Amino acid sequence: MTAPVSNPQALAADDAPPRREIGVWGWARRNLFRTWYDTLLTLCFGWLFYRIVAGLIGWGIVQAGFGTTPKACAGSQGACWAFIGDLWPLFFVGAYPHDARWRPALALLLVVALGLLTLWRRTRTRWLLACWLLAPLPILALIGGSATLGLAAVDSGLWGGLMLTLLLAVVGIVFGFPLGVVLALGRRSRLPVIRALSVGYIELIRGVPLITVLFMASIMLPLFFPSGFNPDKVLRAMIGITLFYAAYMAEVVRGGLQGLARGQEEAAAALGLTYWQTTAFIVLPQALRIVIPPMVGTFIALLKDTSLVAIVGLFDLLGIARTATANPNWLGRIVEAYVFAGIIYWVLCFSMSQASRRLELRFQTRAG
Amino acid sequence: MMRDGRIATGWGLLAMLGAVVAFGAIPASAATTLETIRSRGQMICGVNNELPGFGYVDAQGNYSGFDVDFCRAVGAALGVDVRFRALTPRDRFSALQSGEVDVLSRNTTWTISRDTNLGLDFVATTYYDGQGFMVRKSLGVKSAKELGGASVCLTTGTTTELNLADWFRANGLQYKPVLFEKADDALKAYEAGRCDVHTSDKSQLASLRSAAKNPGEHVLMPEVISKEPLGPLTRHGDNQWADIVRWTVNALITAEELGVTKANVDQVAKSSKNPEVQRLLGTTGSLGKDMGVGADWALKAIKAVGNYGEIYDRNVGPQTKLALERGLNQLWSKGGILFSPPFR
Amino acid sequence: MAEGAPISRSAIWRNAQVRAVFYQAVVLAGAVGAGFVIFQNTLTNLRQRGISSGFGFLRNEAGFGIAEVVPIPRLEGGFLAFMAAALGGLLVVILLAWVAGRRRRPLWSSGWGMAASLALLLLLPGAVLYVTHGTIRTETYTEQSTYGTALIVGLINTVLVSLVSCVLATVLGLLIGIARLSSNFLVRRFATLYVEVVRNIPLLLQIVFWYFAVIQTLPSVRQSIVVAPNVFLNNRGVYLPRPEAEAGLAPMLLALFLAVIAAMLWTRHARAERDRTGRQLPVVLPALGMLIGLPALSGLVLGAPFTLAHPELRGFNFQGGMVLTPEYTALVLGLSVFHGSYIAEIVRSGIEAVSKGQREAAQALGLRGGHVMRLVILPQALRVIIPPQTSQYLSLTKNSSLGVAIAYPELVSVAGTTLNQSGQAIEVIGITMAVYLTISLLISMGMNWYNARVQLVQR
Repeated sequence: MTAPVSNPQALAADDAPPRREIGVWGWARRNLFRTWYDTLLTLCFGWLFYRIVAGLIGWGIVQAGFGTTPKACAGSQGACWAFIGDLWPLFFVGAYPHDARWRPALALLLVVALGLLTLWRRTRTRWLLACWLLAPLPILALIGGSATLGLAAVDSGLWGGLMLTLLLAVVGIVFGFPLGVVLALGRRSRLPVIRALSVGYIELIRGVPLITVLFMASIMLPLFFPSGFNPDKVLRAMIGITLFYAAYMAEVVRGGLQGLARGQEEAAAALGLTYWQTTAFIVLPQALRIVIPPMVGTFIALLKDTSLVAIVGLFDLLGIARTATANPNWLGRIVEAYVFAGIIYWVLCFSMSQASRRLELRFQTRAG
Repeated sequence: MMRDGRIATGWGLLAMLGAVVAFGAIPASAATTLETIRSRGQMICGVNNELPGFGYVDAQGNYSGFDVDFCRAVGAALGVDVRFRALTPRDRFSALQSGEVDVLSRNTTWTISRDTNLGLDFVATTYYDGQGFMVRKSLGVKSAKELGGASVCLTTGTTTELNLADWFRANGLQYKPVLFEKADDALKAYEAGRCDVHTSDKSQLASLRSAAKNPGEHVLMPEVISKEPLGPLTRHGDNQWADIVRWTVNALITAEELGVTKANVDQVAKSSKNPEVQRLLGTTGSLGKDMGVGADWALKAIKAVGNYGEIYDRNVGPQTKLALERGLNQLWSKGGILFSPPFR
Repeated sequence: MAEGAPISRSAIWRNAQVRAVFYQAVVLAGAVGAGFVIFQNTLTNLRQRGISSGFGFLRNEAGFGIAEVVPIPRLEGGFLAFMAAALGGLLVVILLAWVAGRRRRPLWSSGWGMAASLALLLLLPGAVLYVTHGTIRTETYTEQSTYGTALIVGLINTVLVSLVSCVLATVLGLLIGIARLSSNFLVRRFATLYVEVVRNIPLLLQIVFWYFAVIQTLPSVRQSIVVAPNVFLNNRGVYLPRPEAEAGLAPMLLALFLAVIAAMLWTRHARAERDRTGRQLPVVLPALGMLIGLPALSGLVLGAPFTLAHPELRGFNFQGGMVLTPEYTALVLGLSVFHGSYIAEIVRSGIEAVSKGQREAAQALGLRGGHVMRLVILPQALRVIIPPQTSQYLSLTKNSSLGVAIAYPELVSVAGTTLNQSGQAIEVIGITMAVYLTISLLISMGMNWYNARVQLVQR
């Protein structure tokens, strides 16, 4: 948009800008009331904003019922947060045994710590990558129980809520990522058979919806193995999500590989490095750095898509929200359940995307 | 270069080995279900988790219900723990086929195609049911024949939708089915007014009505449009295991017939002179041992959950929210059709 | 490589080609072996469990009802003739375009070429349809239909919901995307808020929210909200009047077709005139006049093309008219709102990607606002927009499978019921995946073709 034509007299006078162009009023003129239709838009959207904010505050705070018993909501027109107050542990850990809830909490702490270390550039090293790759072991041991650590086993049927959501996401990311890298390398390979297999796998997976893959994992997977080998429901969902998202991650990594100057590989070859040496020490470190922002985008998509396991009968955050509305004491608290779950998802995804945006900016400044 | 080639060869061989180990080398298990359970120390039972009275899990992860108690009985008869797996109508059969659960006790209707096509066996009928309709009282409908043009909410993946189609076709009526994956959702949609009618097995309707916001607002239509014998299933081909489940159910029915209850079973076992009671509770004879379980299997089962009547009354009987009369599920000697083959 | 060593003595694994073949053989063997073992296991398991296999069940009676059913034309004489006409017309046009392209003159550059291609693409199939419509038999799914028919109904529902959602998402995305670049602070903030909120919440949660928390809390049938005369909104859906074809429809379509040709010819003439004399003839108004006037004239003279069937409350529900069911509405809302936010970001970054200098240069050349957008910014922005847009359409179509969670009978949902009733897990899931794969390939082929055209225009 062109700047509004300045008053010639104002230009002539070599003074401070006219008062109507600066300060709050000037800002408002420039951003809200530039033309008559701008003013109209401002009024419309101002009203819209007012209605939304007022509605939300009225429903969520002023008229809401707080506490932990259904009585707190009697007669209130707004949200019934007492429902959340009563059932919030359900949203976080599902039906996980009361006395063992410190275990998922510890596992969460582990993931958060790793996440924070990843954000901090000084600690973003190869060791951290190794830690990430090994992370599922202690996490699964903590949540599922382990004889060596002296933790009692907790049946996976009891896993649920945010804990299950995060578990599925972490496992999907940690196992899907290396698989994705391998597939991306395969797709860029000069060997036709390997390339064909990789392309076939990636395109096949990307052509079908996740829910069909989950159905396949939950119904058909046991048929693929010799009888007697029965991965449980959670494990099957993990396998489905991992296999599915590996294909998407492969495409992201491929973008990074393609963004790399050809000369890098040629220089490495000229130095006498083998394919694996070139890949491990020259290509991947550079390519993976380029793809961090889009990769975080894929991670976010994965996190959101773990909600699909609710359809195949697991009780992740969304699944729990749906079951909680059937609780005999709290029938019909559908909006509150979904809004609460939505807020949790939103906070997770939004903070991830903000972090990746910051990384992206830093790369841009460094590059340019 | 040479090293590299060898490493590559090694990796290749390792990968192949991995593939073989992962997919082929696990020996196809020849163990019977009973052996598997014994070695695991646990019996896994597939149940419903959203049908109060029949199979329901509370917020703490505790299972309760009529179908759940039959699993507990079998587990107690074997002297092993019972672990429950919540299954949807969609994945219940594949869960049993694949061995993920040892027995499926999830209000499942015995039909010929299920018994013969799926590689599964129905071993007993624990509940004689029939499909019915639930409508809002305010509609003022007296008979299901007046439901032409109605929209009907129901759960998919069951015999219900087939019976519904048959019945409306037979009566020359139109209807709009709205099929949900989860019973919860179907009920929610019906309550919200998405549908005029909710259809399911009558016992389920009673259960769902008890879970509704205002149970008094809904009525069941008098029509029963199908036969729904519900009962546990096992995998086809493992006859010993099928026998154990079948005869545990029979033992609970016989126990009611003979007046053996959870409270008096120990005392009856010691003092009863009735030869059938003695055979049932294993004080004489070797019925249990011949089947591959302990002699006192029935005693342990009854001690754990009570006899059939107790299970019924506790979970779905007139004193409960569901308030289901015994009806067909009364003993044959009291006008019902429950009839256990003799313990002899 | 050891220097100076005779080639003959170098070990065979040093030969790059040999190694390449070896690696590939190993991987191939691994893949084939794994596939074979899986196949064997599956066969063994199926046999052990006594599960029958094969696609014969597709011809069995389904026995279950489907809520939303569109009549399916049967593959018989009439429909085949129509398909042949449509395909044949398309093929001839492609052929003509190819021939014209060889002479370095696009087919549409001559009035005759344009008229011929339009006639081949629209008029020919239309005429065949008009002649044969009496012989086209349609099958409406009932409980007696086969599993195969049920799956086709599911596929049609998937396509219906995806197409509508794609259009709505694009419109919404375009509006929001432009709003994000607005000079108005509030508009900009609102668009940002929308994008940031919607993008970061799972689609499935949004769909179940629309369905269970919004639509199902609408009033019941008897307390319907009257949105407009004969338009009702309640928790059974949106009830609208349904247009029903009358005798005037065919002449009106013909008139519309003629109007399209006339408008195109007039536009070409105006452009030629401008190129020749520099005088700009009016284009928009005459073209609009033709497009509206001719069909209107036909309607006045030869009768209305359709009448409206109004919904009315009879028995339990509204009868007659057209209904958008709650399931359909919730799914369309969820998909368009969610993907709209992604499309908004694509549109925004596409417009931002066109450098400022382009706009300034265009303005310096004296182009007016609309022309700057249409001739300079959009063609360049489209080049950036189209590839990610394609993947949005693709993922929207795949995400329509989430309708299974709210009882919308799309492909995955119907397939699930089929699976339950027939027990043929492998076959049913296989068919579902193959269908989605085909849809995905078709969409990406179509968009690649369009993309290639846009890139050409760009050069």
